[in-house]
Amino acid sequence: MSQSFDDISAQLKRRHRKSSRLKWISMGALGLAGLFLVLFFADMLSKGLPAFQQAYIEVELDYNEDAQRMGRAALDPEVSRLVSRSFERLIPGMLRDDPGLIGTTEQRWVLADSEVDQYLKGHRSRLSEDERETVDELVESGRLELQFNTTFFTEGDSKMPERAGILAAAVGTVMTMLVTLAIAFPIGVMTAVYLEEFAPDNRFTQLIEININNLAAIPSILFGLLGLAIFINFFGVPRSSALVGGMTLALMTLPVIIIATRTALRSVPDSIRHAAFGVGCSRWQVVRDHVLPLATPGIMTGSIIGLAQAMGETAPLIIIGMVAFIPDVGASFTNASTVLPAQIFTWAGEPERAFVEKTAGGILVLLSILIALNAAAVVLRKKFERRW
Amino acid sequence: MNMQVAERERLSMSSQHAGQPVTRNDSANHELSIRVRDLNLWYGQSQALKNINLDIFQKNVTALIGPSGCGKSTFLRCLNRMNDLIPGVRTEGLVEMDGRDVNAAKMDEVALRRRVGMVFQKPNPFPKSIFENVAYAPRMHDMVSRKAEQDELVEQALRDAGLWNEVKDKLQQPGTSLSGGQQQRLCIARAIAVKPDVILMDEPTSALDPISTATIEDLMDKLKKQFTIVTVTHNMQQAARVADYTAFFHLGEVIEYNDTRMMFSNPHTKKAEDYITGRYG
Repeated sequence: MSQSFDDISAQLKRRHRKSSRLKWISMGALGLAGLFLVLFFADMLSKGLPAFQQAYIEVELDYNEDAQRMGRAALDPEVSRLVSRSFERLIPGMLRDDPGLIGTTEQRWVLADSEVDQYLKGHRSRLSEDERETVDELVESGRLELQFNTTFFTEGDSKMPERAGILAAAVGTVMTMLVTLAIAFPIGVMTAVYLEEFAPDNRFTQLIEININNLAAIPSILFGLLGLAIFINFFGVPRSSALVGGMTLALMTLPVIIIATRTALRSVPDSIRHAAFGVGCSRWQVVRDHVLPLATPGIMTGSIIGLAQAMGETAPLIIIGMVAFIPDVGASFTNASTVLPAQIFTWAGEPERAFVEKTAGGILVLLSILIALNAAAVVLRKKFERRW
Repeated sequence: MNMQVAERERLSMSSQHAGQPVTRNDSANHELSIRVRDLNLWYGQSQALKNINLDIFQKNVTALIGPSGCGKSTFLRCLNRMNDLIPGVRTEGLVEMDGRDVNAAKMDEVALRRRVGMVFQKPNPFPKSIFENVAYAPRMHDMVSRKAEQDELVEQALRDAGLWNEVKDKLQQPGTSLSGGQQQRLCIARAIAVKPDVILMDEPTSALDPISTATIEDLMDKLKKQFTIVTVTHNMQQAARVADYTAFFHLGEVIEYNDTRMMFSNPHTKKAEDYITGRYG
């Protein structure tokens, strides 16, 4: 006997309820994830954006004899407490380089002390009541204000938060990534080409394949231990250098590039290979002239993502000594240097209140670079995506 | 009575002259191009070709017909060693061209494929410009040294493939922008640009509409003046229209190799007759 529509609908009601419930649960999960993301960004932005502003103070500099030995002597005692000590320490050097300055005076905007900076931004500050009054008066008269913080982008690390910048770390990151790319890209791509286009499919190549996939899942700190044991202790590569950091991160990036390249190669249809073999290409010509050009967008995307991953890595660098106090921009690949995430890690451990915003500011810079890299990967993929 | 005697005679003839067609096509050319003797092929454990003997003559169209899975495409790929690309394939026997065994260790498959070109079932132009599709292989084989020479060769190949008038104004457009039938003719132009002796066609029209199919068939008729053509087809009418000789494959064996007209009017074997009259396939 056949059932009527009403009978069937009655049975279906429960199934429909179930599916709508599932839909709501999954939407809730998505909403929660989105909420965390928004909270994270809001927190980072509210903490980090103030780092891009810094208190500057206009002072009268009196280059007298005493200032040659002690910079503080050039300043009016009333405001000298408000000026960054890092600037005071520069004065004797300035006078040594240009003795003509001695005996002259100068009006100049200089970095204010981080306590002043924190007070202006409304954070807890160790300024005394008198000093706060002086600061308020100076702000009133327009001789103390928050300006765009160029120091943050033109200086290396410093123990004085008002002078701490990320340039050394940024340059270190660029150099480290250059080393990583120079090592991991050619080796990774050629390994994938061999495994995908040349190697016979047997136990041995399957074993290699499984191990490469496992390599991608190894905790990154182990790569740091490997780098320490092999590159530093065995080969004697200078520790803390961009070179050893790049080599260590290359080990970590290698499996990512190999896997991405193999996927890209596999997505090139066999009909293209057959066409190329059919006109008498050797295997290498097939790969070079036909398969690799078609796989390039996929390879680029995978490599960029691998590189972005390496760029955010801190754990292996702790072990090879790249998480350190590096005040100067590294002059070469063998000089001691640090990278952005390591700089963030260093700042996060500093006791001064002013480093909180430096930490968040550093995170914002790192995040912007990573987002830019990932966007580049997406654009590349979209632009060169081909249909057959 | 007479028929039976003739039958017996023909049978003995065919066994004496392994690889020869049962009946000669007097209008065809009979210079030998490829000689196949006792060819066996295995995919792993399963045997796909059994004791194939076949003489393929120059400047003819030879059609290979038979039901699906009979080994005709596999056989075609033996002629330019495309089976080398498939893991687990093992071949035994002789495929001889110009007095040389193409399966010999000394034979370079790149050299072989330059003399034995191939057109595939699904049009597969390179995702490059129309010009580049044709110019790529001659340049790779150092057949052209100057730009003018290359342009000339591309134009000649496209003319021979009957495509020149349709594409001469858009040579820099991607080959994949053409229609299916045009793409297939582009693939033919690509194959003839390296001036091969033999062109293998693996069901070249099965992905095309009837009009494009007719164009390709006309083209095959013209091309056989310059090239030896071996084509696999599922379409018996096509074999009847274009081929000088036809080989009927069944379960990995050549059941009958005959003059095409005889094959379709008076097949020599029962199996071929059953297939041609549509009793299976």
